[in-house]
Order: sequence, then C-alpha cells, then structure tokens
Amino acid sequence: MREIQASDITAAVRRLCIEANDHLTKDVKDCIEHCRAQEPWAPAQEILDRIIENYNIADKNNVPVCQDTGLACVFLEIGQDVHIAGNLEDAVNEGVRRGYTDGFLRKSVVGDPLERKNTGDNTPAMIYYDIVPGDKLKITIAPKGAGSENMSRIAMLKPADGVEGVKDFIIKAVEEAGPNPCPPIVVGVGIGGTFDKAALLAKKALLRPLGEHNADAVYADLEKELLDKINALGIGPQGFGGKTTALAVNIEKFSAHIASLPVAVNINCHVARHQTEVL
Amino acid sequence: MAIRVTTPMTPEQARQLKSGDSVLLSGVIYTARDAAHKRLCELVAQGKPLPFDIKNAVIYFVGPAPAQPGQVIGSAGPTTSYRMDPYSPILIREGQTGMIGKGKRSKEVVEAMKQCGAVYFGAIGGCGALLSKCIKSAEIVAYEDLGAEAVRRLEVEDLPVTVIIDANGVNLYESGREAYLKTQK
Repeated sequence: MREIQASDITAAVRRLCIEANDHLTKDVKDCIEHCRAQEPWAPAQEILDRIIENYNIADKNNVPVCQDTGLACVFLEIGQDVHIAGNLEDAVNEGVRRGYTDGFLRKSVVGDPLERKNTGDNTPAMIYYDIVPGDKLKITIAPKGAGSENMSRIAMLKPADGVEGVKDFIIKAVEEAGPNPCPPIVVGVGIGGTFDKAALLAKKALLRPLGEHNADAVYADLEKELLDKINALGIGPQGFGGKTTALAVNIEKFSAHIASLPVAVNINCHVARHQTEVL
Repeated sequence: MAIRVTTPMTPEQARQLKSGDSVLLSGVIYTARDAAHKRLCELVAQGKPLPFDIKNAVIYFVGPAPAQPGQVIGSAGPTTSYRMDPYSPILIREGQTGMIGKGKRSKEVVEAMKQCGAVYFGAIGGCGALLSKCIKSAEIVAYEDLGAEAVRRLEVEDLPVTVIIDANGVNLYESGREAYLKTQK
C-alpha cells in the first residue's frame, strides 16, 4: 500500500487547473495548424490564423486562452494499492479553489441550478473516480466551457437504427449546433452502455489526444468517416463557412443491453483543454 | 478592408452596415450576460431607468476572466448569444443598436433589429486573450454581486468584429456556408 498525501493532490490539481487554461497541449495546436494548412476558404483561413495568434498570446502572457475557464472536470484514476491520507474530494476541491483564484481564472459555478448564485471559487469540481490496478494516482483536468457543453446531445436509439442511425444522429447534432459551440469543434462520442454511461464515455472521448484513433479498427474508421462527413457540411470556423468544422471525432464504446443503442455526443470547442499528472 | 465604427452607433449608422462586413469597433460598449439582461429587462418592465444609457448603445455578451496585476481586464471573448434572445428585443426597442456575441439568434431578435435599426456583430469565440488587448479600460457600472456577469463599461479600440446579421436580416451564417459549399461542387 502506497500512501499519497491529500496536500499533494491539492497542489497538483491547482497546477493543472492553471496549466490547462493558459496553455493548450501540443496535440491540439498541431491539429489546428494542420487544419489551417488544409483550409481552402479565405475567410476561414483568417479565423484560424486568429485562433493560432490567440493561443500564442495566452502561452506568452500566461493568461487563459478563453475567458470561459469552465467547470473543472477532474478525472481520477486511483491505483487500488494507493491509500490517500486525508479527504480526497476536499483535496480536489481545494486544488480547484486555489487554481482558479491564484490563476486569475473565471469563477463560473452556481451553487444551485435553480437559485443560481455564484459559489465564488469555481467549486465544486465535477469529479469522476476510476479504480485501476497499480499504486499510482493519475489526475486529468479538463476545464469545460458551457458554449459547447450546451450543444451536447444524447439519444436512446433502437438496435434496428444500427450504425447508420448512429452516424445520422451525430451529424445532426453537429449541424444543429452550427456556429454556437465555437467551431472548429472536437466531437466526443459515446456509444453503448446505459443512458449515463454513454454520456460519460462521450466526455472521456474528449480526453484522448487529437490525432489518436480508437484502438478498434471499426471505430477508428467510423471516426475518420464522420470527420469527413462533418467537414463536408460547410459550417466552417465560427460558422462563417469553410472546411474546418471539426478538428476530430473521438469515439468510445461499451457493451449495451440487447434492447438499447445509446449514443451521446459531447461537443468541445477548439479550446480543447486537458492536462494530466501522475502522482 | 475593415470599416471603422465608433460608438455610440445611431440606427442610421447601423443600417449602413452589411452582413459579412469586417468592422473595427471603437468607443464605449457595455457588457451583459444572462443574469444582467434579466435585471435590465425587469427595470424596463417597471418603467425604471437603466444603469447606463441604452440609446445607441452596443452590448458585448461577455463575462471576462479576472484581470491579472497590470492588466486592464482578463481574457474577454464572446459568449453564446441565444441565451440573450428573450431579452434583446426589449432592449433594442429601448434604443440599443448593436450586440456582440457568437452563434444563432431568434426570429424575434431579427425582427426587432429590422424594425429599429440594429446589428448583430460576431467576435471570434475562444479568442479571449487576443480580444482583451483591444480593451483599454473597464469599470463595473452595475450588479457587482454578479461577479464576472456584472455590467461593465468598456472602452475599446479597434475591436475586430464581423457583421453576422444586419438590419435587413441578412445572415452570414447562411450566406457564408452557402458561398463556401458552392465552391465545393
């Protein structure tokens, strides 16, 4: 049994919140720059240039890439041979509190969904726990803005709808979202499981580095086919027309009930933030 | 070539702008999001004065990040505009002539824009670090309790925006996509 101090978790979460909001990862930048090189439409090229200029400014000045520094979505993979000294949930929330305060990040959480009073420190975080083999603790922070989150959709399809029904639903979700989620977007898809499992798979799909495909060739091909179809819609960066509507389609799947075919689409904007640290 | 516009913007000026125009906006603009819009519209309903002059005003739908030491304001890009759709027609009828945001608008908003002479500008979503450089001063004028959602008076210089929907109701989201797709046939 390896012991990890709650205070070390707080420090890591604080660091990751600031790092994720101020600096995009290389996979995302490479993907945006690749799409810029492939974009044939002049107004779209201009917007992609501004997007690149923006994340370069954020890098240089250590400021948030986007003012919507999001809900702090925190994914914990806890090794089953780890013992945490202290309260894990409190440690994570304290890290978010310090990160969002010390990092001059926007506090975008209301304590009650109906009363809608800002909590003032961006807590509580959205925390997801997975128990895995080993004696490490892997922390991934993915700040998630609401503009794209609000355009996410879920459907409980019939098995008879098949792969064609799945494709139609995903493309329709992207087309209906249009300019709202700040295209170019990243499309996270969860197929299978239950209603809630599909949604979580879609969110986890957004954590996968852009440019990496599903290990299952069938799903990797589906990702490529969907990306081509979405980029033939013509929505383009910011919805002003163009090829680059999506940067990537990432699909995660799970087994399903004999009567169910759940499909969840979790949309992310081009400020596709994720940072990981292993303790 | 970008057109330079300085606020306040009259309905006559607004009507001269066309969907697709690149505009560099300077002067005073005000920030407001959902919560502030709700309060402003409540004041209108009660016949009470608003905390700033709405006549010929441009409202930026933004909730900025906090300013770091030495900064005027933190990152400040647009939020999605449709959440303001229930409120914008009321404020346009009170004299507002411009909105800056991103994303689609309702038929009711476009009707009010056509009727009164107002335009809907788009700023690039997700470019808050870049856009904040055009903001020269920022002060809270109302609803400080709303934090990032408080109403701020901003002085901007050459803020780059695009006319998405003009006062004739012409919409770049439709025409831009159509024009691009024509080249792909």
